[in-house]
Amino acid sequence: MKTTRTGWIAFGAALVLLPLLLQYMGNFWVRIADVALLYVLLALGLNIVVGFAGLLDLGFVAFFAIGAYMYGLMASPHLSETFAWFARLFPTGLHTSIWLVVPLGAFIAGVLGILLGAPTLKLRGDYLAIVTLGFGEIIRVFLNNLDHPVNITNGPKGLNQIDSIRILGLNLGRPLEIGDYTLSAVTLYYYFFLILVVLSVVICHRLELSRIGRAWMAIREDEIAAKAMGINTRNMKLMAFGMGATFGGVSGAMFAAFQGFVSPESFSLMESVMIVAMVVLGGIGHLPGVILGAVLLSAMPEVLRWVSGVFDLQRLTDGRLDASILRQLLIALAMIIVMLLRPRGLWPTPEHGKSLPTPAGK
Amino acid sequence: MEILLQQIINGLVLGSMYALVALGYTMVYGIINLINFAHGEVLMVGALTSWAIIVQMQEAMPGVPGWIILLVAMIISCVVAAALNFVIEKVAYRPLRNSPKLAPLITAIGMSILLQTLAMIIFKPNYKPYPTLLPAAPIQFGGAVITPTQIMILGLTAVSLAVLMYLVNYTKLGRAMRATAENPRVAALMGVRPDMVISATFIIGAVLATIAGIMYASNYGTVQHTMGFLPGLKAFTAAVFGGIGNLAGAVVGGILLGLIESIGSGYIGVLTGGVLGSHYSDIFAFIVLIIMLTLRPSGLLGERVADRA
Repeated sequence: MKTTRTGWIAFGAALVLLPLLLQYMGNFWVRIADVALLYVLLALGLNIVVGFAGLLDLGFVAFFAIGAYMYGLMASPHLSETFAWFARLFPTGLHTSIWLVVPLGAFIAGVLGILLGAPTLKLRGDYLAIVTLGFGEIIRVFLNNLDHPVNITNGPKGLNQIDSIRILGLNLGRPLEIGDYTLSAVTLYYYFFLILVVLSVVICHRLELSRIGRAWMAIREDEIAAKAMGINTRNMKLMAFGMGATFGGVSGAMFAAFQGFVSPESFSLMESVMIVAMVVLGGIGHLPGVILGAVLLSAMPEVLRWVSGVFDLQRLTDGRLDASILRQLLIALAMIIVMLLRPRGLWPTPEHGKSLPTPAGK
Repeated sequence: MEILLQQIINGLVLGSMYALVALGYTMVYGIINLINFAHGEVLMVGALTSWAIIVQMQEAMPGVPGWIILLVAMIISCVVAAALNFVIEKVAYRPLRNSPKLAPLITAIGMSILLQTLAMIIFKPNYKPYPTLLPAAPIQFGGAVITPTQIMILGLTAVSLAVLMYLVNYTKLGRAMRATAENPRVAALMGVRPDMVISATFIIGAVLATIAGIMYASNYGTVQHTMGFLPGLKAFTAAVFGGIGNLAGAVVGGILLGLIESIGSGYIGVLTGGVLGSHYSDIFAFIVLIIMLTLRPSGLLGERVADRA
């Protein structure tokens, strides 16, 4: 017992110290850690839907997009620049406080999650996957085209000049100086995201152990049996969609604030697929596994980008192989090889899938 | 009226392409319950291979008529794509046949990214013009226009469908396929070798996808390594729309989807007074799909099975 506790303390200390070390090597590395934490948040959200409740959702990035655009519209000059009446009401633009944005983002995404989930409740497995994929695409097409007749999303150009997060008088977008020591903006974001991730892990863990979580897992393992045991499968599924979407919405808002810019490009189907891959690759339904998967798949590409930059791959291979191509190649290979060697994921939960039917017998 | 006729022709052309790709999805799904996410990439590989062959042949043998070049290119690229799909199944899907359902889905997605990346490395990322090998002069009728390429597409679809229907309904292999789709274990007890049937299914799917890819390339005039993604997605939608696992459903779903998309994008501007333009065309497929599946979760021609997926 004692060793595990010291282990946890050491792990926590390492997480707190990590950006300070990375900062020495350059803000680029801290940025990677920030992005990895954002993906952990997203993957935790999707894990509620796919891992806990067993609903394959291929359109999860839609909620990420909704959160991001919501914050983008509320914290950038776009609306004031476009609409005269809006500029009259808020001459300097709407610079919404984070205390309003996060709950609102969570709420809107959650409600949309339930709304999108409702018509799909009758569907199972792969049908559900394709419908959620359709929803994701529809939202992306709208984000891409809602720049006319009324310019709401600014189309493919996206929204820029989004405010950074200000919390308790601290602007995370500016470096903080404590005496002689400077904490860079990305490091501040790191701590902020870390707090969010820890909070989410606690929420997810409590959910997993709660009555709701057990009901979800019952549905995942055998829906008919779960229904027979008196579980209200409809409400439980809607709740899973809603809660998963909440996470997506919050991380979307964080993403927008962190980047200062959002465009439809960030919310492609490929992005949804990558989040599913994180959850499955790590170990579906198992929190440490999901976190591992998210960190690996989000940080690996950036590290590879650095590696191929150092070795100047582009020159070595006559322009055919550059960092982004190499990264795609390796991610694809990793997805295939990991699944072939460990079909239950890198760090699977001991219980999950005990009663999964073998695909051979329908 | 002319617009409608024209959109119907375009819709049929688009739809027959979706139908051929959808058949590949639906056959694989019907037999091993796997969404083969790499299927759109097989289409892309087929189209790019045919492009490379056509360009080479045009340079090496200037006098040869276009349709011969096209035919040769089609045959060779069908063989290449079939071999590729055979290997994909063997390497990435077969070892996972008894694993949790999501594992082969992830390898399929991985395969799709891998093929795209390899194609980009081999063929470079730029758009390449796809040579027009058939006479370009369009044929007028009833106020609408149809090009020889489009006639070829419709004809090829009809021939491919006829061959496939014969194969599935009247040959030994077809019977084995239907038996395996029905119940792999019992089929195996009856002397069918499921592994062989599955390989054959992947090969047939690849041939159909390649034909569709060549049609797509000839119709739009360009090829590129990302060209498989959208048709793959739409064709999968078509397969689900028609009732996944059902061959006739895939054809009906594909053609309906093509018609809906092309008529929808032809009229959306008129209907909404120019507010929404044809760039919304990509979402018709999904909106129709969602409405459809809400009303009839098993798809248009799918069996009403309570527990299918």
